[in-house]
Amino acid sequence: MNLHNSGKGIARGNGRCYGDASLADTVFSTLKFNHILDFNAFQGIIDVESGITLNSILDFIVPQAWFLPVTPGTKYITVGGAVASDVHGKNHHTDGCFRQYVLEMDVMMEDGTLITCSNNKYADLFNATCGGMGLTGIITRVKFQLKKIETAYIKQKMIKAKNLNEIIELLERYSSYTYSVAWIDCLKSGDAFGRSILMLGEHARVEELPLKLQKSPLQLTKKKLLNLPFFLPSILLNRLTISIFNFLYYHKMWKREINNIVAYEPFFYPLDAIQNWNRGYGKNGFVQYQFVLPLESREGLVKILKKIGSNGHASFLAVLKIFGEDDNLISFPVQGYTLALDIPIRSNLLPFLDELDELVLHYKGKIYLSKDARMKPNVFFESYPHAQKFISIIQKYSPLKFISLQSIRLKIKS
Amino acid sequence: MPTVLILGANSDIGRALARNYATKGHHLQLAARNPNDLKPLSADVSIRYQITCTLHTFDASELGSHKEFWNSLSIMPDIIILVFGYMEDNQKTLDNPTILFNTIQVNYTGAISILNIISRAFKARKQGQIAGIASVAGLRGRASNYIYGSAKAGLIAYLSGLRNELSSSDVHVTTILPGFVDTKMSSHLNLPAILTAKPDEVAEVIYKAIDKKKNVVYVKWFWKWIMLIIRLIPEGIFKKLNL
Repeated sequence: MNLHNSGKGIARGNGRCYGDASLADTVFSTLKFNHILDFNAFQGIIDVESGITLNSILDFIVPQAWFLPVTPGTKYITVGGAVASDVHGKNHHTDGCFRQYVLEMDVMMEDGTLITCSNNKYADLFNATCGGMGLTGIITRVKFQLKKIETAYIKQKMIKAKNLNEIIELLERYSSYTYSVAWIDCLKSGDAFGRSILMLGEHARVEELPLKLQKSPLQLTKKKLLNLPFFLPSILLNRLTISIFNFLYYHKMWKREINNIVAYEPFFYPLDAIQNWNRGYGKNGFVQYQFVLPLESREGLVKILKKIGSNGHASFLAVLKIFGEDDNLISFPVQGYTLALDIPIRSNLLPFLDELDELVLHYKGKIYLSKDARMKPNVFFESYPHAQKFISIIQKYSPLKFISLQSIRLKIKS
Repeated sequence: MPTVLILGANSDIGRALARNYATKGHHLQLAARNPNDLKPLSADVSIRYQITCTLHTFDASELGSHKEFWNSLSIMPDIIILVFGYMEDNQKTLDNPTILFNTIQVNYTGAISILNIISRAFKARKQGQIAGIASVAGLRGRASNYIYGSAKAGLIAYLSGLRNELSSSDVHVTTILPGFVDTKMSSHLNLPAILTAKPDEVAEVIYKAIDKKKNVVYVKWFWKWIMLIIRLIPEGIFKKLNL
């Protein structure tokens, strides 16, 4: 990579951040650096170039009875991206963030030199790079620990909850499950406010599979991908249509509780089945908004949900998770409740989101940088307690070269 | 499984061929001027597909090194694919003797040099397959690219003659004729997307052509017809065109 000749810019993996985190005048694409460098099949340690996608890794490791230790809701991100966003998954409350499985990684500095860092070597660079949105340098190589599995299937449990109180109670009651996430209807008011479906999962053992799957428990047939080849008219996504969708989705579960075995793909990656699913929001597009509130701010969660439900701004996909403890420098998770929403863009959305930001701040929460497209600098600096330390580490290692439009907007860089 | 030697393996098409043959279980010998650049790819395909992949230094323009290179291979490959090429902007090529002679040396002289060594060995054991990537540019010289074009024209005639010579020795020779391909070599050109192939597509076409022992293959297929028309244009008219 010839860094000397290029201007200021930012590394870009598969570009799945929702905002401007990997946008800049110059973008360094890592996608061609997508090779597996080493794999220890016995210990489950894999060493890869940073541009390889999680999808590519899964295709290789699952048949050998290994899985990703942490995965977000899409497998179409690069490992570099997984580290730079310090992604979390449905198992954060039991297994933490991606960075906790990184044994070491190489980060390229402004002058092209590579520094190998880990949590006991150049630890400050390591901690600032995990969740650091590419601002410390270009991650070129990552060596990380995988999770052992017996089958490619998940034992899934889905439970209906009547309202917000019940779903939070259920999330807490079932917190011993490795994977847990709730889908929430943001629009229902009154007693049914926050009616939801809780989805729980564990990696299935061979004897838990139906007999016909037990013979080849690690094989999956490649499903054909659907594609949204065009943009749907934005008019389809409004309060009425979303209410109807939520009603149907909620009531599609006839029983109160369903237990079944599913392949890992639909459990972890429901949206990946539809390529270009964002086109469903039409050319006006949407904003993804994800925040976390500490455990003690449960009333803040109720307030924010009520505020969203009462405006014209309806959300299709609202996902609620509980985070476990997380002692990080600049990553997103805090022990508490995290809610992620897609909101179709209509006039007046941006000021509304600024109001939500103020509520999040008031309840001592944060916004997820990988989803952020419009947050103001003061919100960032007030909610990320180690922001200044993060900036000083950037100054120490790569003060000039690595900037993104997000870093300029948030005044992390100038 | 036949072992495949790729000459010019660091090129975009060379890498695509390496991946393609690896997924099909072939062992690989990858030859390039800077084999270290191929270490990540080599590790990746060996780990994913449980094949052996060795790296070798090879410079098409260093004619004196070709015999030693061939002798350095610990096993004789079954299939060899010539992928290396050199194409600079035509005007720069005309103005700069170093570039001009390098264009001829890499695309023609160097290609003949190594293929001659390999073809004698294959002929002697009456076994093997040779594929060479030429170019549709070699089918008719045109003002915008005729140094590269004439060198490739020489390679096309060479491969045809070699195919003729070796057909009775059970050694098969395939000529690959790509049109526009999206690679490092063509990155300075503004190629129309609809006419341009991707390296992975070219690799799959080459794989199938070698597998089916085809003689001449165009990538993409329609270049055969485009070039047929181009070649039919009378010279009196062609010399006035701006192609």
